[in-house]
Amino acid sequence: MAVTVQVPVEKAAGAIREVTLGATAADGGTRTSTVTVGGERALPFLHFDAPVPHRPVVAVEIHDQNPVDWASHLRDTWGDVLSDPAEWAKAAVQAGADLIVLRLTSTHPDQQNRSPEDGAATVKAVLNAVGVPLIVYGPGQAQRDNEVLLKVSEAAAGERIALGDIENTNYRTIVAAALANGHCVIAQSPIDVNMAKQCNILATDMGLPAERLIMDPTTGALGYGLEYTYSVMERLRLSAFQNDGMTQFPMICTVGEETWRQKESKPLEGVPEAWGQLSERSVAWEVLTATTLLQAGADILVLRHPESVKQVKLAIDKLMMA
Amino acid sequence: MALSGLEIYKLLPKTNCKECGFPTCLAFGLKLAAKGAELSACPYVSEASKAALESASAPPIRLVTVGAGDGKIEIGNEVVLFRHDKTFFHQPGLAFRVKDTLPAAEVSEVVSKASAYWIERVGMCLALDAIAVENATGDPTAFVKCLEAVKAISKKPLILISRNPASMEAALAAGAGAKPLIYAADSENWEAMTALARKYQSPLAVRGNGDLQEIANLVEKLTGAGISDLVLDPGTRDMAGTLAKFTQLRRLAIKKGFRTLGYPIISFPGETAESPAQEAIAAAQDIAKYSGFVVLDSFDPAWVYTLLTLRQNIYTDPQKPIQVSPGLYKFNEPGPNSPVLITTNFSLTYFSVVGEVETSNVPTWLLVADAEGLSVLTAWAAGKFSGESIAATVKTSGILEQIERKELVIPGMVATLSGELEEELPDWKIAVGPRDAVDLQGYLKVVARAH
Repeated sequence: MAVTVQVPVEKAAGAIREVTLGATAADGGTRTSTVTVGGERALPFLHFDAPVPHRPVVAVEIHDQNPVDWASHLRDTWGDVLSDPAEWAKAAVQAGADLIVLRLTSTHPDQQNRSPEDGAATVKAVLNAVGVPLIVYGPGQAQRDNEVLLKVSEAAAGERIALGDIENTNYRTIVAAALANGHCVIAQSPIDVNMAKQCNILATDMGLPAERLIMDPTTGALGYGLEYTYSVMERLRLSAFQNDGMTQFPMICTVGEETWRQKESKPLEGVPEAWGQLSERSVAWEVLTATTLLQAGADILVLRHPESVKQVKLAIDKLMMA
Repeated sequence: MALSGLEIYKLLPKTNCKECGFPTCLAFGLKLAAKGAELSACPYVSEASKAALESASAPPIRLVTVGAGDGKIEIGNEVVLFRHDKTFFHQPGLAFRVKDTLPAAEVSEVVSKASAYWIERVGMCLALDAIAVENATGDPTAFVKCLEAVKAISKKPLILISRNPASMEAALAAGAGAKPLIYAADSENWEAMTALARKYQSPLAVRGNGDLQEIANLVEKLTGAGISDLVLDPGTRDMAGTLAKFTQLRRLAIKKGFRTLGYPIISFPGETAESPAQEAIAAAQDIAKYSGFVVLDSFDPAWVYTLLTLRQNIYTDPQKPIQVSPGLYKFNEPGPNSPVLITTNFSLTYFSVVGEVETSNVPTWLLVADAEGLSVLTAWAAGKFSGESIAATVKTSGILEQIERKELVIPGMVATLSGELEEELPDWKIAVGPRDAVDLQGYLKVVARAH
């Protein structure tokens, strides 16, 4: 009557592509460290299915202008560096950032409407300040993104940064800019497997090498659609392991941006006592959104609070122990 | 593992007697496989076949109940590895643990906090489900004393934690409510623990040493002794090892139909965590990845709120998003010139919008469109929140009888619909509101000032 347990190991037919961000002097850039993500042949951290070649990384999000709309306790954590992107980037690396996400929000026509050249100069300043790789986003308005990222691409030629975002409706200029100067691209889709694939096809059809594309499946914060992102990411990963080439890309999740605008993260009056302390709750919200998406296949997590960076990196250390 | 119609046919008498109401045994077998008939309709099926068919139709992970009445916790009975394949049915019970090394006054204090804790989220009341009492002293008297302190405060189902059968017996004899979970039988104490589980008709947890073969052997002994309500603790405590073992257990049950290990799992994320944050991270993994009972060692409202929300997210049926009724809603006593907002009937979207509108104190009409329970962006992408459907909502909602100023505020996420809407609703002005509900208060205040 003795039963024998056979460990149910699963082998994938296909793997996620490896994408490297940042170029050192040997590769024509000035980075002192690079980041390689992807390469998975198994669902997250299932070391018994297949070795996990690269650990997921944590990026810290910084802006090119003081983010006055951020929650005050988040702003206080960073202090004076908020008004100087180069200093902020240094502080982010100190806090443990594997790479930096720089958002050029000041170039938005409704904000300061600073010029694309100004944006490019900020990118140069941040590249000079830190040695880690860089992901650069425009202000989030399609036409302005194109103008700004074109200049950014030139200014950062050879550094192998990532330009974000392209979408199904706006990709040509940014992909061309990445192609011209050896950069990577972030392809965003609205929590939808087919739209993600379509965007990846559009970019690679323009000649973008597949090992220069990262997917952003769109992050829903905990309590605000997290489960949709979670399931779409699981479906993308399972499809990739069945060798569907247009899903075999590393994934980036913009966690901080989503969690810090929810009411759980903001200093509001009259919230129930059961919600606990704001300072802890807002970090909890960011941390558990991040680690839950790690379980669904996130390769790059973009965070805002230094304490979240610390906790998430500690969890990644534990998950990487085979 | 479900059997096919042909496999079932092989177990039937193959006499084609038609007494079951079907023309042949094969037809009956096919119907059974499709769950369109009951085996009891066949008067001639052998006992052996009956047993084989019944065990094949049992769920791959046994449903185990802890406690009784309104507060009882049902775990197990899951059928998929990924929630998108169907849904996760029974959310893990969240328990808070106290140890009998703690002074009774402190036990009372923490248990009353944990036990009374609840939050409301999208119209649902979320709370901790159970209290775990651990016999850390190893002494039966201290265990019972701690148990009495807990019982004086909380009516929630209990998990009794001791590896000492004498302690366990003392606690059970003192009364631990209906069906407490007995934790745990191991390779040394299993005979005594099995006797207690039988005597008190309670579910029994099994603790392994990290090796699935070892726990499988132990389970065979327990089931051989007549115990069927089991909960597994494979014995791993590190995050990666726990993820591996829990995944293997789920795969063995669902994909391999391996009955010996087809039971819900219990986890203790706090045991190796260096901080409440790390405990919550490990607990979050357990919630997403297959735990049936998560026993917490720290109680901090900020983290508990976060974990309860995560559990609600993961265990929401992907095919049935929580919905509210479409129609016209009014807030802060709106009049004929108050702003008119529109959103979708996804409950989360609705509650986000309502929360902001209410706190703004601006009199507001809110139209809720039937978008099959999808959020604004998802509904728009799926064509369920279009110019046409918004126009239909406006026309059928009764809003026209309530207002004079025809200005419709659409969510900023779907600003692109304004052109289409201007055609669909030619006598309306279409305004684009903020992208996120959190910015609605500011928006409404500006609108209110402008009028």
